Amino acid sequence: MTQTRFSRTRTPEPEKEQARGGGGAAMRVIVPLQGVVQGRGGLILGSIIPCALFYFLQFYLKRHRNDQDDQNESNSPGQNQGTRSPSSGQLTELPGLTRNLSRALLSPRSPSGPVSVSGRVSGIVKAADSPYYAGLRRVKEDQYDELGNPNGVIQLGLAENKLSLDLVKNWLAENAREAILGNGKELSISGIATYQPFDGLMEFKVAVAGFMAQVMEKAVSFNPSQIVLTAGATPAIEILSFCLADAGNAFLVPTPYYPGFDRDVKWRTGVEIIHVPCRSADNFNLSITALDIAFNQAKKRGLKVRGIIISNPSNPVGNLLSRETLYNLLDFAREKNIHIVSNEILAGCTHGNEEFVSMAEIVDLEDVDRKRVHLVYGLSKDLSLPGFRVGVIYSFNEEVLAAAKKLTRFSSISAPTQRLLISMLSDTKFVQTFITINRERLHRMYVQFVEGLKKLGIECIKSSGGFYCWADMSGLISSYSEKGELELWDKLLNIAKVNVTPGSCCHCIEPGWFRFCFATLTEKDIPVVMERIQKVSETCKLNR
Amino acid sequence: MAIENEQPAVGLSKVAVSETHGEDSPYFAGWKAYDENPYDESSNQSGVIQMGLAENQVSFDLLEKYLEEHSEASSWGIGAPGFRENALFQDYHGLKSFRQAMANFMEQIRGGRAKFDPDRIVLTAGATAANELLTFILADPGDALLVPTPYYPGLDRDLRWRTGVKIVPIHCDSSNNFQVTPEALEAAYECAESMNLKVRGVLITNPSNPLGATIQRSVLEEILEFVTRKNIHLVSDEIYSGSTFSSSEFISIAEILEAHDYKNSERVHIVYSLSKDLGLPGFRVGTIYSYNDKVVTTARRMSSFTLISSQTQHLLACMLSNKEFTENYIKTNRESLRKRYEMIIKGLKNAGIECLKGNAGLFCWMNLSPLLEESTREGELALWKVILNEVRLNISPGSSCHCSEPGWFRVCFANMSEQTLEVALERIHKLMEQRKSKET
Repeated sequence: MTQTRFSRTRTPEPEKEQARGGGGAAMRVIVPLQGVVQGRGGLILGSIIPCALFYFLQFYLKRHRNDQDDQNESNSPGQNQGTRSPSSGQLTELPGLTRNLSRALLSPRSPSGPVSVSGRVSGIVKAADSPYYAGLRRVKEDQYDELGNPNGVIQLGLAENKLSLDLVKNWLAENAREAILGNGKELSISGIATYQPFDGLMEFKVAVAGFMAQVMEKAVSFNPSQIVLTAGATPAIEILSFCLADAGNAFLVPTPYYPGFDRDVKWRTGVEIIHVPCRSADNFNLSITALDIAFNQAKKRGLKVRGIIISNPSNPVGNLLSRETLYNLLDFAREKNIHIVSNEILAGCTHGNEEFVSMAEIVDLEDVDRKRVHLVYGLSKDLSLPGFRVGVIYSFNEEVLAAAKKLTRFSSISAPTQRLLISMLSDTKFVQTFITINRERLHRMYVQFVEGLKKLGIECIKSSGGFYCWADMSGLISSYSEKGELELWDKLLNIAKVNVTPGSCCHCIEPGWFRFCFATLTEKDIPVVMERIQKVSETCKLNR
Repeated sequence: MAIENEQPAVGLSKVAVSETHGEDSPYFAGWKAYDENPYDESSNQSGVIQMGLAENQVSFDLLEKYLEEHSEASSWGIGAPGFRENALFQDYHGLKSFRQAMANFMEQIRGGRAKFDPDRIVLTAGATAANELLTFILADPGDALLVPTPYYPGLDRDLRWRTGVKIVPIHCDSSNNFQVTPEALEAAYECAESMNLKVRGVLITNPSNPLGATIQRSVLEEILEFVTRKNIHLVSDEIYSGSTFSSSEFISIAEILEAHDYKNSERVHIVYSLSKDLGLPGFRVGTIYSYNDKVVTTARRMSSFTLISSQTQHLLACMLSNKEFTENYIKTNRESLRKRYEMIIKGLKNAGIECLKGNAGLFCWMNLSPLLEESTREGELALWKVILNEVRLNISPGSSCHCSEPGWFRVCFANMSEQTLEVALERIHKLMEQRKSKET
């Protein structure tokens, strides 16, 4: 969603290779080992012992390799980027091990060598070269411009909505100055300069509550005193993570999911994410069965699940959760006594005919059990103002609100920005016009873009929200694997020169899916994009 | 309906329920009292006067004048060319023009005696976030940072709460004006070791809060030598660097590093903010300046959790690039603060109260130990309650700053008008008169 964001994916690369094409590799080791035992002892000695040795060897290698990597890091801070040189497929972070071992590895006992940093640093440095970020960097270096740089890279990997920016701009041009400073006739700096409540001005909360209600088409009303404001949805999610779970606990999150969750939920909190896979056969809709399986698996691993994080509309697929699913989720959460965090940051970007139902609406209708439900919202998507940094935590739980409020001191919204937006959001006529036009434009772009892809033989999941489509390009990949997917991504980036997000960044369990963000384009750009993709899709078809 | 659920309520994390936010200490309790009964010149003359908030309101007029005369800044980046980029811009590198302006401003404050590279500046929403971020980066949960006492009460929260890091105090006392000594540094380090805590760094505030005094060059050298020897980090929070009463008395750690040719500088990190010097705490603008590449890179990525509004960055970029404005502002601000300081010192002296000799900041460090019934923390808090409830002044007791000697109080003087300060001094005078007459 945001530029140059760090993404810490948990793809267990080595294990995958073993499972898929690497089955052969395993056998290549076991058989000779069996030879060592001379086939004696039957199955048990002949198979289990070599297997056990093989397992321990792998484990030892993993630990040792991790040691090496981290030692290199702490000894040569200047060159660590160079020596690592991860190519697009090598997401080398080994889940769990890095964090546990890092303290011992990165903290030299004797004061020799360069001064060490915390374990948190190493994870970041390793993952910074994921395709998500590599792609964003490429666009920055060589950005497409219709006139100035017609062969540049077209950005389809950033979930930004430029379609309706002109509306916001015009409003601001006419109203901004007064909005920020003019409470009366004179310029008053003290109104915005001094310390303000860290969780946002009450007036701003009132304005945001009203805006959220408008966005959700008055199906639900929001109480300003249940709102905690913070500098973006990014800290909102992190704050909830800190409040609802301890280090070592886990959240269940349906995949594919927004790559930023890996950072927002896990990085500084020490909390884990358990994937709940959704499949194309279900149109990537969430199944409660899958949720239950994931919950039980977590239990077996000794992980305490504290909650579920859903996104509605979802990113990257763009589908909406049905009323029934939301009820089922609430039942599930109640049964397991866990929290639900509903990230509804794209609620204003729904388009098409499907009904959007907010978790808040479900809770409104059922009086009990509100304490486990929390919403995340923000103005980055619906109002196209990511630069202004406005995020919302909406909760029915007094204690969570109290704790979150205190935590917002680390991520407060700039006062002048709040003043400006109070004015804008209170202009309900403007808001209504904006929401309506924005939806129309999104829908138009969505339809055209999906049409364009269809003509190339690429199908998309039906999406009713967000500004991207989730496209099935598995027909174009050379091998049905993450490797194949990333090869295609590379071709798209370097040959077709379009930056898109590969499904593996979003932890999609099926390879070959890609997210195309179309809201950074104008209608004119669509044929250009399609032509470019065609170049690659033709060659891929030929090569298969 | 059916029986209420027997199961326990859905639980919260330890972080959420912990007391480490520190908001139940007297430091914050006094604020509550103020909130409930705030002094107002015209409408509430018997209310509580807030002297516990280190806010700088003495130079608002300069800021207003600037905004009046520079509409392109006050249009907040909304004019034709910049708006689109501005609204969409949320790159954690921050606006280049703003970082450049910050670097220049920081150089100006130090009289050009140190240079700052804009690419080493990481932006955060306030120094509070900057301190916490650095702690996340430099230390693991369970590790320790050494901090000289007395220190800003907020550090207990900023350095410890979510990070799980501990603070081990470096004890300073009035025998040498609360300066840090090599012995105190060693003692703190050993104390941490005896508790099996791994020390990852030292954090100093220079000029000091709550002392209101700059750290001497020799002491900075000693601290730098100490952290180098132990191979740990040094964080220098220089948030009050522009609030020294005379420009020559503040020595930044950056100057010390420059004098040493930047040898061993990768362990040093500076925190700055516009909340005090520029009086803009509502804008939420903080920075980390690090001489360590890895720290810069990581801090930048971590700053995603605490970005500054692009609109604010744009405004401040305009303002701080205006050399005429900044030079005049820095000079005038220093003068105004110095005058205030002298006014309060004089008033306190007339009342028979001594303060630590200060040369910076928005407060003075007042010695009320002669007034204590008993020379203990309880005695100090008893006196604090009297001052809060009867004299109706909210000042900060030294114990909430972890001062090892009872009886010291931090008194802020820059967050009110001169008239209000007069009223406050009168009240203090009256208190001292009452005490004297009680004795005789």
